[in-house]
Amino acid sequence: NRIQTLDTRDLAQSAQGCGECQTQ
Amino acid sequence: MIHQYKLNGYNIVLDVYSGSVHVVDPLAYDVIALYETTPADEIVRQMLEKYAGQPDVNEAEVREVLDSVEQLKAAGKLFAPDQYENMAFDFKNRSTVIKALCLHVAHTCNLTCSYCFASQGKYQGERALMSFEVGKQALDFLIAHSGSRRNLEVDFFGGEPLMNWDVVKRLVAYGREQEKIHNKKFRFTLTTNGVLLDDEVIEFANREMHNVVLSLDGRKEIHDRLRRTVNDKGSYDIIVPKFQKLVESRGGQGYYVRGTFTHANVDFTNDIFHMADLGFTELSMEPVVCSPDEPYALTEEDLPKLFEQYEILATEMIRRKKAGHGFTFYHYMLDLKSGPCIYKRISGCGSGTEYLAVTPWGELYPCHQFVGDEKYSMGDVWRGVTNTALRDEFKMCNAYARPDCKDCWARLYCSGGCAANAYHATGSIRGVYDYGCQLFRKRIECAIMIQVAEAGMSKSE
Repeated sequence: NRIQTLDTRDLAQSAQGCGECQTQ
Repeated sequence: MIHQYKLNGYNIVLDVYSGSVHVVDPLAYDVIALYETTPADEIVRQMLEKYAGQPDVNEAEVREVLDSVEQLKAAGKLFAPDQYENMAFDFKNRSTVIKALCLHVAHTCNLTCSYCFASQGKYQGERALMSFEVGKQALDFLIAHSGSRRNLEVDFFGGEPLMNWDVVKRLVAYGREQEKIHNKKFRFTLTTNGVLLDDEVIEFANREMHNVVLSLDGRKEIHDRLRRTVNDKGSYDIIVPKFQKLVESRGGQGYYVRGTFTHANVDFTNDIFHMADLGFTELSMEPVVCSPDEPYALTEEDLPKLFEQYEILATEMIRRKKAGHGFTFYHYMLDLKSGPCIYKRISGCGSGTEYLAVTPWGELYPCHQFVGDEKYSMGDVWRGVTNTALRDEFKMCNAYARPDCKDCWARLYCSGGCAANAYHATGSIRGVYDYGCQLFRKRIECAIMIQVAEAGMSKSE
């Protein structure tokens, strides 16, 4: 296909932050 | 903003603000490059001219690619707008808990590594060992300031922490007592040069240490060049058998072998492959950060070679994984499918806010790389963080804090970069350590390419 898209996390959607990540 | 690059036969398009990754053929690659600046009819004209000899490229085909690009844009997967800037400036009002402490249990070392940022473990100060009482207070401080968070990370660091091993063991025992009382879970970790590793340390580390970081620079002649004992002997032969024994007894998990490369080994992939050949599979190799006057400092002339090395490493890792004997490289660990949310990507490592370093005397610093610089003293484990202005400065030190990063496609992967490196390179934690940025961008390009290859995507040409 001329354009293949990888399955990635949508960053805009991720704005909708639990803070549980380590110093993921 | 998009970033386009070609690597290992893949034409890759990263959409910066959505996080989308596309692999495209040459025609789509060229169309996307022109899409935002050139009218559609002009793109068609240019493509028909460029691909005149190719029967599968006609006007209908080019317009179909244009339609596909428009659909991706409408879906928010290409040319997505930056909608996070305002979010970044709310960070000062964000309440943070302390998640991790770096306990400097020993400001002394049994090696004299030339490039050590900690000045052979002394951090520009006096030799010192942390007392149990100071360490105990540090753990109490962490529990008290960790809010509802259950998992708490504590790294035993130095200098060389094994030079204060009894205190380490007593602190682990104290932590295990306290975690039951406060419904917490300590994840203790240890960073060591390995010289004092013995069966007793290994047994304890396997029982109590969630992770161990083992310092090894690679090939014997490279390692021994800068990592020497106080008697000026190489340390490779002392530590490698101990590391192998430790890793084997841990079942090959919960460790990193971590090296530093310098101007003396710009062919550092050979050192990584050497580590892999020794049986280590969890690997990290970092560029030295030091004054440009040092003889081992990396130079501008080294950069093309280093870029090439990162590419060699990426393609070899793909090959070895397919052959059934892969290994992990810290900077190529990139989870694109369920990786960090935008808040984490903006805010970065947590230094000065969620993560603090504790000196042997109980003083608090934003991270281990600021220890010894009095301007960055934040308080102590008895009174807590008293320099709240400095904490606020670190809260605001994020991917949107540096004007130099404004047009950088990688800023949501580095979160604005390492504050300590920026400070040491420019005098400001909001500065930019450009040399490190160039290496970081190359590593992210390689890491994304590995993800593309492992997803089984077709090569572009």
